[in-house]
Amino acid sequence: MKAPRFSYVRAESLEQVFELLKQYGEDARILAGGQSLIPTLNMRLSQPAILIDINRLDMLKGISAGDGAVRIGALARHAEVAESPVIAARLPLIAAAMPHVAHVAVRNRGTFGGSVALADPAAEMPACVLALGGTLVVAGARGRREIAAEDFFRGLYETAREPDEILVEVRVPTEAPGTVSVFLELAQRHGDFAIAGLACHARIEGDTVADARLVYFASEDRPRLAKGAMAALAGKAWNDGTRAAVIGALTDDLDPMTNLDGGAAMKLHLQRVLTGRALDAAVAQARAA
Amino acid sequence: MTMNTEDTAEITCTVNGERVTRTVRVRQHLVDFLRGELQLTGSHLGCEHGICGACSVRVGGVVVRGCLMLAVQADGAEIVTIEGLTDSEEVADLQENFVARNALQCGFCTPGMLMTAAELLASGRPASREQIREFLSGNFCRCTGYHAIVDAVEATLRQRLEG
Ligand SMILES: Cc1cc2nc3c(=O)[nH]c(=O)nc-3n(C[C@H](O)[C@H](O)[C@H](O)COP(=O)(O)OP(=O)(O)OC[C@H]3O[C@@H](n4cnc5c(N)ncnc54)[C@H](O)[C@@H]3O)c2cc1C
Ligand code: FES
Ligand code: FES
Repeated sequence: MKAPRFSYVRAESLEQVFELLKQYGEDARILAGGQSLIPTLNMRLSQPAILIDINRLDMLKGISAGDGAVRIGALARHAEVAESPVIAARLPLIAAAMPHVAHVAVRNRGTFGGSVALADPAAEMPACVLALGGTLVVAGARGRREIAAEDFFRGLYETAREPDEILVEVRVPTEAPGTVSVFLELAQRHGDFAIAGLACHARIEGDTVADARLVYFASEDRPRLAKGAMAALAGKAWNDGTRAAVIGALTDDLDPMTNLDGGAAMKLHLQRVLTGRALDAAVAQARAA
Repeated sequence: MTMNTEDTAEITCTVNGERVTRTVRVRQHLVDFLRGELQLTGSHLGCEHGICGACSVRVGGVVVRGCLMLAVQADGAEIVTIEGLTDSEEVADLQENFVARNALQCGFCTPGMLMTAAELLASGRPASREQIREFLSGNFCRCTGYHAIVDAVEATLRQRLEG
């Protein structure tokens, strides 16, 4: 189908974006890579009054390393993140997850910021940012705010960003030496959205999992930090007993939703299977290091 | 780019090496512009929501979905469609292999397949069959079952790497 009528502005400055967002509020839509927004327009699932194209705003571009964290500009394309030596060296979790995001042509245009701002429950990048304890930086006419990932993802396509704010960058702490990352997902076909997935970042000392962050995605309305499973894992040796305790704790941590990909019980089962595989892989990675 | 009314804008871009200036409706996507305004009908429209890849075109040196980019966003951009790619002979060898291996039947997906495969070939890196499949995973073909397409890309890659 064809998109409905809308007005279009190619933003020349952040101030102009702030002004337009203030003026139009929920009737305005920021256009980044367009890989999620334009399909909804073409299918007439959304009908904004105005699109604010941010693609020429250089201050939103780029990936850089500094003071213990990596700054990923909102407009960094998926392909750029996938090829970035900074990401490969400092954020191996994101490097491992990126090949699962869509297909080449979509990655050439889709942006990191768009993915995080959209907060699709089956998207990989929100889960990674949460697993690594990242910070989302939003800005608007009222000023700039930093929001911890744990407070940012609020529900189905719902975030702590206000309608008059734009996400400008994401800051993700560099993965510390001695930590390992594993990213796993199940999808019908390569590049499709996941049916179940897990982003895991852990510190493993000898056979003991000193500390791990487990974020599950694609099974509920938002990426979920599994606090019960994490507690069941902390300070334990990775053995059959721990495996059973962690997998058991997931029943309370997760509340999967039934969708076209499968029922809640199947999703919980898949997340449990991924949990075992991820920790096996994490322990193996730590041993090999 | 000059904004005329809220509904239209004037853009200038390079399409297959030629500079063009046109007034476009801002809600028009790039492939409708290429097909309707410039009569470049090699770029196809299957779904218009990003799923099938029939609309693949090269913008600024990389393959993108032409149905997910607005024509107005192409202002100042360098665009190559399957017509330009063919004329440049960049993928003449791939096209020969497509024919030799029956990698097309109805041909609807073929321009998109070639545009995408061109990016893999241009990288100059070797790729396994698995990697070729992954690279082409965003392009649907409802006829061939993909096997022959992977064969054709693999053969071309091998010939190029062997020089
Ligand atoms: C066939 C296909 C398969 C896909 N598969 C996957 C997949 O497996 N995993 C996955 O994660 N994604 C997938 N995607 C989506 C893709 O990754 C998108 O690129 C991404 O979700 C959105 O990024 P974008 O830059 O294209 O955003 P846009 O489409 O431009 O915007 C998306 C939304 O976010 C808002 N927005 C964008 N940028 C900002 C900003 N800086 N500040 C505030 N709001 C903003 C927009 O207003 C809009 O509401 C797929 C897309 C397609 C077409
Ligand atoms: S027409 Fe663009 S992806 Fe199908
Ligand atoms: S040859 Fe018919 S869709 Fe591919």
